[in-house]
Parts: sequence; structure tokens; C-alpha cells
Amino acid sequence: MVEELSRTEEGNIIINVGPQHPATHGVLHLVITLHGETIQKVEPHLGYIHRSIEKMCESLTYRQFIYVTSRMDYLSSHINNHACALCVEKGMQIEVPERAQVIRVLMDELTRIASHELWWGAMAMDLGAFTPFFHAFREREVINEIMEDTCGARLTMNYILPGGVLEDLHPSFQKKVKDFIVLYKRKIAEYDEMVTGNIIFQNRMKNVGVLSAADAISFGCSGPTLRGSGVSCDVRKIYPYEIYNKLEFNEALETAGDSFARYMIRIREMNESIRIIEQLIDNIPEGEFQAKTKAVLKLPKGEFYQRVETARGEFGIYIVSEGGTTPYRIKFRSPGFSNLSALDHMARGGKIGDLVAMMGSLDLVIPDIDR
Amino acid sequence: MWSLSNIASGIHEWLSKTFPSTVVTVVEMVIVGVCVISLFAILGLVLVMMERKVSAWIQIRLGPNRVGPKGMFQSMADTVKLLVKEGMTPTGADKFLFNLAPYIAIIVSMLLMAPIAFAKDLTMWNLNIGVLYVSAISSVSVISILMAGWASNNKYSLLGAMRSGAQIVSYELSAGLSILCIVVLVGSLNLNDIIASQSNGWWIFKGHIPVFIAFIIFLIAATAETNRAPFDLAEAESELTAGFHTEYSGMKFALFFLAEYVNVFIVCAIGATLFFGGWMPLHIGHWEAFNHIMDFIPSSLWFFGKIFFLIFLIMWFRWTFPRLRIDQLLNLEWKYLLPISMFNLLLVTAMAILGWYF
Amino acid sequence: MGNDELKIKLAELFPKATFEEGAEWIQMQIEPSDWLPMAQTLRQDASLQFDYLFCLTCVDWKTHLTMVYHLSSTIFRHNIVIKSKLNRSKAEIESVSSIWRTAEFHEREVYEMFGVHFLHHPDLRLLILPDGWEGKNPLLKDFEDPINMIKL
Repeated sequence: MVEELSRTEEGNIIINVGPQHPATHGVLHLVITLHGETIQKVEPHLGYIHRSIEKMCESLTYRQFIYVTSRMDYLSSHINNHACALCVEKGMQIEVPERAQVIRVLMDELTRIASHELWWGAMAMDLGAFTPFFHAFREREVINEIMEDTCGARLTMNYILPGGVLEDLHPSFQKKVKDFIVLYKRKIAEYDEMVTGNIIFQNRMKNVGVLSAADAISFGCSGPTLRGSGVSCDVRKIYPYEIYNKLEFNEALETAGDSFARYMIRIREMNESIRIIEQLIDNIPEGEFQAKTKAVLKLPKGEFYQRVETARGEFGIYIVSEGGTTPYRIKFRSPGFSNLSALDHMARGGKIGDLVAMMGSLDLVIPDIDR
Repeated sequence: MWSLSNIASGIHEWLSKTFPSTVVTVVEMVIVGVCVISLFAILGLVLVMMERKVSAWIQIRLGPNRVGPKGMFQSMADTVKLLVKEGMTPTGADKFLFNLAPYIAIIVSMLLMAPIAFAKDLTMWNLNIGVLYVSAISSVSVISILMAGWASNNKYSLLGAMRSGAQIVSYELSAGLSILCIVVLVGSLNLNDIIASQSNGWWIFKGHIPVFIAFIIFLIAATAETNRAPFDLAEAESELTAGFHTEYSGMKFALFFLAEYVNVFIVCAIGATLFFGGWMPLHIGHWEAFNHIMDFIPSSLWFFGKIFFLIFLIMWFRWTFPRLRIDQLLNLEWKYLLPISMFNLLLVTAMAILGWYF
Repeated sequence: MGNDELKIKLAELFPKATFEEGAEWIQMQIEPSDWLPMAQTLRQDASLQFDYLFCLTCVDWKTHLTMVYHLSSTIFRHNIVIKSKLNRSKAEIESVSSIWRTAEFHEREVYEMFGVHFLHHPDLRLLILPDGWEGKNPLLKDFEDPINMIKL
């Protein structure tokens, strides 16, 4: 597209960041109005990877539609699948065996760590430090291998199904996870040394993209974005699902509301996830990994809503059923979509460099926003 | 013994015997020109390779390892790719300035080679104002960046160029002041005199803490002046895609790329000359045997060794630190580095007057 | 406040609303014209404080459209679902983006996917769909796209 140096009447310049831009991690398109280096306005243009998953789901059965949901927030695909499975189970009142529940939670937490690892590397890369990205991938690779052993996939797992899980755990699962915990504890200190304590990094993150608690709630933010502003919103704590109410873990909370607060939340969340895994890894109960379900799932007529905590925030699934084998309407409430809506408010008055730090700290996954 | 200066004087003698003096001058100029251009090419290849290997080492990767033994010919292959690539000029660009900018960048770095003493008695141009010449010419490089950014008719390029303008102009100050520290101590602007003054010890050892501070400031300012991370705001690829050279491709891009690496080489050469005794070997007090062994290593090896050590430091910065923001960058210079280096210059001057150095 | 208590309180405050039974959360059916004042009350009433609009969507029932608002309170942690039937040929409802700012994006999405017009919305444009899709609403049940849609 040939474009003139477009300027507004006040002498501001308009810049297209994306859809192909190194900082947007995908095909997000932001139109930003600049006054010199200062941002006046940020306007997201979405839809470059919109597949209309909600419409697709209307013609897929309750067993099939889970496979599509892995493709939304691909970094926490386990948790997306989990939400769908929980929603269907809630509608059909399926009792999930205890073993399956523990496996699901274990997988969720591993996914959360893997997702935060990737975010950590990408965040540092946005700020111009390349090395952390590779260091983060080294640890993430270990988790991916664990996933590959059990689920047969590394990114879009499709492992959690209504009634339980697809397969039993791989025999090496426990040992590998324990090895990973040992490795992780050694490496997390390295992360702090390399990035968290770095003075340039802290200067770039502190007081950047400040979001007050009231604004964060009003914008419907969730997950680390809302918790960074000091609002407790962990779905695992407030509306516990699965076995989370039996587990001991803390909800990470910061009050500053800036990018650094969101950064610290995610780092602490990784530690909490490790705590959860430690509690469960030796206590996986014996038994079935799948409840006995009918071959064809039929949800009764009604409406069902289930929310879970993904790595990015609150993921909700709203199923309207007419009693058939396929949902009448499905709505996915994706955390990224709401978090992105706060970007304009945060970015005003900041520099271009700040915008990158803010987008990094929001941890945007574009397929999750576009769905 | 074979040394670069012997070879040079041998060639000079043979030429003087065979040809009249005018021809000798012309032939020698051609030889020097060819040498500079080939040094350029080799430096480009070596430094790109070094950067990739150093970054790979820091990032626990292997780096290029397919082309040639241990991937050593990778940068050669890249050069061929860049040479045969189409050099595009975007519509709406100022064609003349757009095409001129990379050549200015490369000419500036070529000119900077002139006063550097590469080995004992081997200088292209023994200039009595060498230090002044280097700081004067190096500030021209900002023009090429501004030109590239403006002529591209691209807003990313423009922003990058403006950032780079602000950055280079400010960091020139503290670079200049830290160079002045050594000039004050030596009392000469000639790079050869500066090296000669370090025959009994390098300034970094002789000059106590003030010179050490001057060295640190020089290193920071040099990194900033060459637009290297953490000061690579002009090309900040996560913010401005590629900054001032967003629209460049093919050989024109390669010239910018080459100029950047050669500039790194040159600032490191100046740093090595000023603070690490240029081609002077490392001598320790009265350890005669040790000093003799050190003397045995050719002076050009000493010089390149020091330069590559400094280049390694600068690469280490690049792969470790996140990037600064533009206001933080300017704050750092105007609020911290400049006052410190001014005060430091005062200290060094007092030190020079009172003779408080070895 | 438990669900029962909340229901009594809501019935008191909004006598015109009807309640639907048999769901996890309280579901209220309201008239579109009542929505804006009701939303303001829900947000501001000291014992309700529904400050978190976590899901805003629309369902196409072929005969009519239904707007669905999921609200919760970050203080009291209670949830409700508000539903409002819209006329399919002239789907109009007041925008709540002045109360919950997240609604601005969600309403734009519903606008392009279902063709619901939100009155007094600050910037009602296409958000996800590219230019030229005005008036075509992909999530409606009668939407046809012979090229991209595959019938199973």
C-alpha cells in the first residue's frame, strides 16, 4: 500500500504498527497517532487471523469443537480445552474421575509455566534484549517434551476431553516433571539476574502503562493485567473449578498497575504453578483417566457458562444448547480481547518504546483476540 | 624479522629506485587504497562472523555452521546474496539523497582509517591533529543517517533518523571529553605521539582512576555513537522495524551494515590507541623475560588483539542489555555522563599539571 | 449475598424484569428500552456494584435476537445474566460503553457480527471484519457465503 506521509491537522503523524511488525507478535494492526515520539492515540484494527471459530463450532459436535479451541490461545491450549470440557460436563453432569482431575490440573499448570516462559522471552526481546528469548525457550522445550510424551502434541494438545483426558500419563511423566522442577528452580534465579534486576529493564517497565484498579475493572481486564492493578481476580481462587479449592497456592497481587507489576505477577505465578505441581506430582491417584460417556454427547436445552484462568486471564465459554448434538451458539470470552481494549487508555502520553513494553506486558496472543 | 612496517618500507625503497617520485606517490596511493578497501571487506566478513558466533555463544546456540568449516564462509555467502539482490528505491523517495546516503556512510568510515597506527611505524597518514580529525569526521556519519531517514519517505525511517541525530550529537560530547583526558596527559593530538607516550605503560594503568572513568565513559559513548545496542534506537527493530534503513535493500543496505561494523572497529581502534597503548606490547615492571616474550609478538597482532577485545566487550553489551528509551538515553548523557566527564577532565588536568601519574 | 437474597433485591429494584429459572446464575429478561437506566443502577447501587462486564454477546434465535450481558462484581463476587430481546429487523439497544468501557469493543464486535445498532456508542465501526462488510453479518443464522462456508 503506497501511503503518503499522512499527517493530521494538528501536525501529528499517523503510523501503522503491524499487521507485520516485530513487536505485535502476530498480525495485530495498530494505527497510532504520534506527536513527535509521544503517543496520542492507539487504535487496534483486528481480524487478520479471524477464523470465526464461534460460527465453526455451531456445526461441530461436542466432541469435535474442542479441537478448534486449541487454536485460539495456542499458548494455553490445555486450559482452553479444559474450559470446554468443564462446560460440557457441567451441562451433562458427568462425574470426572479423580485421576483425570489431577492430570488436568497438572497439565494446566505446566501449560501456564510454558506460556509464561515464552512471554518472558518475548517481553525481553521487545525491549531489545535477545538473549533471554533463547534461555526461556530452553526451559520451555523441556515442558514441550513432557507434553509430547503424554499428549502426542507440543502446541495444540487436544488432550482434555469431556469426561476426562484422552490418554493415560506416559510412564516417564512423573520423573520428567520432577526433573523439570529441579531445573526450573535453578534457572529462575538466572532469570532474575538477567532481566528482573537489570536497571535498564526496570526503568523501561516502571511507571509505564499504568492502569488504575477502577480502569482495569471497567475495561474488563483479567489475569495478570487486573492483578497487577491490585484487584484479586484469580478464577482458580474465586470460583474454584476442578480440584483447585483443595490446593495450596497464593494469588499473586501487585498494586502499582504498571508494566513492571504485571511482569512480577507472571514471574510469581510461575513459582505458584511450580508449588501446585509439587503438591500433585506425587499424589496422582490411581484409577480411571476417563469417565464412561455416551458415544454421542447431547447437552440438555439451556445455557451454560464456564470460566477458567488461562495464562492470560479469565477465559469464558458460553454455550447455548437446543438439546442437539451440536451447540446452537457458542461464545468465547477471550482474555486478550478485553485486555487489548485497555491499550489505548494506557498508551496515551507514552513513547513508542513504551508501547512495546505495554504490549509485551499485556501478553497478547493474536489468535486469542481474533478467534 | 617480518613486520608490516618492514614490508611497507621495502616496497617504498623498491618503488623509489625504479620510478620517478611522482609515480611512486601515485602507485603508493593506489596500493593504500586497495589495502583499505580489502581491509574493509575482510573486516566486514570477520566482524559479522564474530558477532554471530559471539551471540550464538551467549545465547546457547551454535550459530552459523553449514557454509564452510564451522560456518566460516557464511558471511561470504551473505555478501553474495546481498550483491545480487535488487536494490530498490521506493516511490516517493528522494532518489538522489536515498542513493547517496549509504555511500556517505561508507566514505566516512573509510576516511576514519587514515590516521590510525596499525603497527609500529605503519600509519597511512601521520597527521599531527589525528584525534581532532577522528572526532570531526566521525560526526559526519550522522548526516548519512539523517539523509537516509529523510529521503526514504517512510515514517519509521524518519523517526529512526531523528532519534539517531539527537543521540549522536549528544554522545559526541562525552566521547570528545573522554578523549581530551588523554590528550591533556600526552600534550599532543597526534595518535603516534599518544602511542609513544605509553611505551612505559598504558594510560589505563598509568592514569589512575580518572583515566579509568574516562575509559568507561568512552566505551559507553562509543557504543552509542556507533548505534549499537543498548543504544540502537535508530534501528530499534521491535519499535521501528529497522529504523533509518527500513527501505534499503541489497548492496545499499549492505553498505550501511558494513559501515556500522567498520565504525565499531574504528572506535575500538581509537579506544585501544588512547587507553591500551595502541600497538605497544604489554610490559610488566621489571619482569625482563616476560617483557621480551611480549616484545616478540608482532605489534600489529597486539593492536588487533586489543581492538578485538574491545569489540567483544561491545558485542557482549549488545547481547545482554535491553534497549533504552529515547528520553532515558538523553537523560543518561546530559544528566550523568556529561557532568561526570567534565569533572573528570578537570581531575585529569590537575593530575597532568601536578604530575600525579606514573 | 447469596443468589436468593440477590434475587429478592433485584426484583425489588427492577419490577418490570422477569426472571428465568433453572440456571447457575440469576437470569433476568428485560425490555431493551429499560436497559440503560437499569445498567446504571446495577453498576452504582451500593449493595450490587456490578462493576465487571465479563461477557457481552448476542444470540440469533431466527425470530429475534437476544443480547446477553454477563455481569459480576469484583467486590461481592456475585454474578447475573441480563437478557434482552431485540427485533430482528430493527435491532437497537443503548450502548453501555459509558458504564463499562470494555463494552466499547464487545459492542463493536456484536455490531458487525449480528448487525445490532448500539445507540450512543462513541465509535461504532467494523472492528474485525474488513471494509465492505457493512450490512453482512456472519454470525446470523441465515448468513450465506458460498465461497468460504463449507456445509458439513
